[in-house]
Amino acid sequence: MESLLHISTLHYLVLGAALFLLGVIGVLTRRNVVIVLMSIELILNAVNLNLVAFSRMWGGMHGQVFAIFVITDAAAEAAVGLGILIAFFRNKETVNVDEVNLLKW
Amino acid sequence: MAPVATPFFFYLFAAIMLIGGILVITRRNPVHSAVALIVTLLAQASIYLMLYAPFVAGVQIILYAGGIMVLFLFVIMLVSIDRSLRERQFNSQWLIGLIAALALGGLFIAVYLKGKNIFPERPLSIMESDNTQRVATLLYGQYMFAFEIASLLLLVAIIGAVVMAKRRI
Repeated sequence: MESLLHISTLHYLVLGAALFLLGVIGVLTRRNVVIVLMSIELILNAVNLNLVAFSRMWGGMHGQVFAIFVITDAAAEAAVGLGILIAFFRNKETVNVDEVNLLKW
Repeated sequence: MAPVATPFFFYLFAAIMLIGGILVITRRNPVHSAVALIVTLLAQASIYLMLYAPFVAGVQIILYAGGIMVLFLFVIMLVSIDRSLRERQFNSQWLIGLIAALALGGLFIAVYLKGKNIFPERPLSIMESDNTQRVATLLYGQYMFAFEIASLLLLVAIIGAVVMAKRRI
């Protein structure tokens, strides 16, 4: 960035990387499964921001079409993930990720 | 021409997004996290508008903030018990996770310092006013196969979510 006042593509990429990092911290450190799923949505949004920023830089619409597909996939994954969460809650009466430890030795 | 974003609006929406992201990962109450995520998604739709992508901004508001987050709020109300609000909120491997995330952050900083002069600022010749038409031409032309696969994926997701959440299969 040659200056902080002229907003270039790199500004959007840095913002996307910061959001990605926040999402990764949320996935790795939180205990509530719902908040882990919301951090995954943060990660997907950071990727979308990267895609649309590059689409603007190169001039074609391919990045925006890809971003629309990512939003569609995020909707499908959120629905299935929340269904799994409901089934998990019905079994164990808790929403802790620490309780999912059947494979622990 | 570079994205014609006045720096004030970019920094304002970037600050809203980052503060919303920090609130998502640090709030104890999941409803507060969901509301912070809605604010983050709406600020991101504004940044899409600054990137001259009005169709993606509309899809983001309608689908993400208006569909996925409402689904999250419903499920939070179904599974949120008062006991979980008083327990610890970081899981048992939070230290390793934080170290791994900071290593990823270090990798990002290294990539930025090495490659920050790599992007050319090419002058774009058109200021498109037909963004939706161009997206639709690509979506129904070159990416028609992916479009059909996405609709199949949504069908599978609907069936899967209903089966996972039913009480008796």
